[in-house]
Amino acid sequence: MTTSNQLYQEVILEHNKKPRNYGPLPEANRKAEGHNPLCGDHISLTLDVEGDRIEKIGFEGHSCAICKASASMMTTTVKGKTVAEAENLIQEFRELATGKLDPTAPHHLGRLTVFSGIAGLPSRVKCAVLPWHTLHAAFHNEASVSTETEA
Amino acid sequence: MTVIQATRPLDVEAIRSDFPILHRKVHGKPLVYLDNAASTQMPQSVINRLVRYQSEEHANIHRGVHALSELATREYEGVRTKVQHFINAPSEREIVFVRGATEGINLVMHGYGRKFLQAGDEIVISALEHHANIVPWQLLCEEKGTVLKVVPMNDAGELLQDEYERLLTDRTKFVALTHVSNALGTINPVKEMIAKAHERGIPVLIDGAQAAPHMPVDVQDLDADFYVFSGHKMCGPTGIGVLFGKAQYLEKMQPYQGGGDMILSVTFEKTTYNVIPHKFEAGTPAIAATIALGAAIDYLVDHGLDRIAAYEHTLLEQATAALGAMPGVRILGTAKEKAAVLSFEVEGVHPHDVGTVLDQEGIAIRAGHHCAQPVMQRLGVPATARASFAFYNMPSEVDALVAGIRKVQELFG
Repeated sequence: MTTSNQLYQEVILEHNKKPRNYGPLPEANRKAEGHNPLCGDHISLTLDVEGDRIEKIGFEGHSCAICKASASMMTTTVKGKTVAEAENLIQEFRELATGKLDPTAPHHLGRLTVFSGIAGLPSRVKCAVLPWHTLHAAFHNEASVSTETEA
Repeated sequence: MTVIQATRPLDVEAIRSDFPILHRKVHGKPLVYLDNAASTQMPQSVINRLVRYQSEEHANIHRGVHALSELATREYEGVRTKVQHFINAPSEREIVFVRGATEGINLVMHGYGRKFLQAGDEIVISALEHHANIVPWQLLCEEKGTVLKVVPMNDAGELLQDEYERLLTDRTKFVALTHVSNALGTINPVKEMIAKAHERGIPVLIDGAQAAPHMPVDVQDLDADFYVFSGHKMCGPTGIGVLFGKAQYLEKMQPYQGGGDMILSVTFEKTTYNVIPHKFEAGTPAIAATIALGAAIDYLVDHGLDRIAAYEHTLLEQATAALGAMPGVRILGTAKEKAAVLSFEVEGVHPHDVGTVLDQEGIAIRAGHHCAQPVMQRLGVPATARASFAFYNMPSEVDALVAGIRKVQELFG
């Protein structure tokens, strides 16, 4: 099996083709734009956060399959979770995508581990992580985030 | 493009045997290297020249009285003459060694633009420029208040010549154009465009980074005032490139960087600059890379730039026909005159996904904006996939590209 089959697993291809929670939320009280100027990936996130819980989340944009599937799966994962739980997932996903997640330690990523193959493709890590950066920005009332301003 | 009748076809098998890297595997597959517009590979003769220089000939140049310094100086300056002949420059004094085409353009912006251009003066560039021929002029505009004017292009990726002529006015003080578009492959009619600018006495810089390795270049025939190109796109090393400038301009330009080698005498009161081209070569240059560039030029000249151009054009025609016949594949850049660069889109698949899947098949292409974001904006795409050919590519590698694209379509279908 080639690495491209490992990377582009069925679940990623399927989320790319039929993204969940696609489209903006009219009732959003949090939003942020994410942009990867190097490849043109662009996503916009809208959230309805009640108290500390993410009631609803929507995304839209133009991006590669990795970015879109990551965004789609992110929305299904964080919907219904608290902001603190989502922040923890952001951290864990960043570690997964950069190959720094301790495989023996417990984590909360579930099916998101299909993105573990991205760690072997440094040029594509930003694609996978962009939605998560954008979610972080939305929580912190940053209007936009770019992969090129991240440390 | 102009059909060049090659008297003798290239022996591509023999050429390939000269390039060690073409025989390696990537992800377990034979490498199919189609990213030549980004950087070309190096034949063994160039690698050997680097090794021989470092093993037997290295010393600093232009300063020693000892044998090695004289040898290194002779070899280094010999390449200047070689470059002069390669582009048919009138004099080796007009050949300045720089790090690459980018530095060549920055040198002209600094040495000519900052000295002679003033607020309100206009600089004409084109919609096809690489960032390297946009951003230096924008820096100048920020500093001096000069104004950038852009020659538009049509949907095929051809510059609109009537618009170009309309943009040339009494306010135009400089023109900077690419010879060949790195993103779309368009060969611009730079000879005619230079002539139009010269009717008004406007100097013209030509970015030849994508032209010099793929077609014969004659700066006197073009009547270019400045011509820049990079060694690593023509089978040479990185870190070395060439700026050709007419002596009449180089003489009156201010130095780019100050330091050793670019001076005749230095006191704390007054420094006298060295003669051209040395005035523009401060500090110890990339001696090894320069000497290896000479070997790369030998290699290209031995095979013949006209034959290389003719052969690469057959690869372009084959690839254009093959990709053009694929449902769901769209070619971007359909100019009548094209170098062997093929930008394309696979419907419904982002170019980066195309690039990653092809990479897993051992096929190296470029996916992205190709450092030509305005070209992408003009075509209404965020990025493209780009296959770019060199004279060591084979028809079977075009077939591999087609098979790879089919695999992309199956995966994302």
